[in-house]
Amino acid sequence: MIDFVKDVRLWFAPQRLRAEGETPDYRFSLANERTFLAWIRTALALVGGGFAVDQFLPDLRWGVRVGMALALLAVGAACALRAVHHWVRCERAMRRGEDLPLSPFPVLLSLGVGLVAVAMMVVVLLGWTSRP
Amino acid sequence: MTRPGTAVRDAGLQPERTRLAWRRTTLACSVTAVLALRQALHGTGSPVEVGGVAVIALVWVAFLWVAHRRIRQLTAARPAALTPKAAAGAAACAVALAVFAMAVIV
Repeated sequence: MIDFVKDVRLWFAPQRLRAEGETPDYRFSLANERTFLAWIRTALALVGGGFAVDQFLPDLRWGVRVGMALALLAVGAACALRAVHHWVRCERAMRRGEDLPLSPFPVLLSLGVGLVAVAMMVVVLLGWTSRP
Repeated sequence: MTRPGTAVRDAGLQPERTRLAWRRTTLACSVTAVLALRQALHGTGSPVEVGGVAVIALVWVAFLWVAHRRIRQLTAARPAALTPKAAAGAAACAVALAVFAMAVIV
């Protein structure tokens, strides 16, 4: 937790990130940046999915619809924040010449998305919609 | 052989690929912003509605600004690394859209 707070302070202090180790080959930094952007797109897609559930599934019960939408939005926001966190950690590891950090997040996200998909199937199959 | 005045560019086209990644992300942000607008607009013209549209427009312009600055930096042959501020700014736009959605839906 304390490490996380330190990392968050790095977000707004480029000079402190630059003070760590040596500048790696610019191509590694660019690859890290593209990975970061891919995560941001994932986050935006999840947020878009949240909007879509609320807008395009009016037949779902209010509780199910709002619950699904909020879950997608919360995961989307977490995904965006985690993208910055992981980008900073990778950048610092590259500067220090350390191994890149491992993270359980991709597995958790995959499981979460899979669970939402299964939940939607159950909702549709059992006909938990407000209209017959 | 390189012409004088032109720096050697990476054969893997890394700056170009990164620039395209920013463009893709801008597109994703635009689509999400349009979905947000669709959510915010009811056709009543109430102050809340106008405020919502203004917030979405602001978030979208902020993202465009961050992306545009970075895309311009990436025209260099050996661009500097992304700054933490720009990364946090791009992520903040995604989080802002999510928070806006939560506020509207609940």
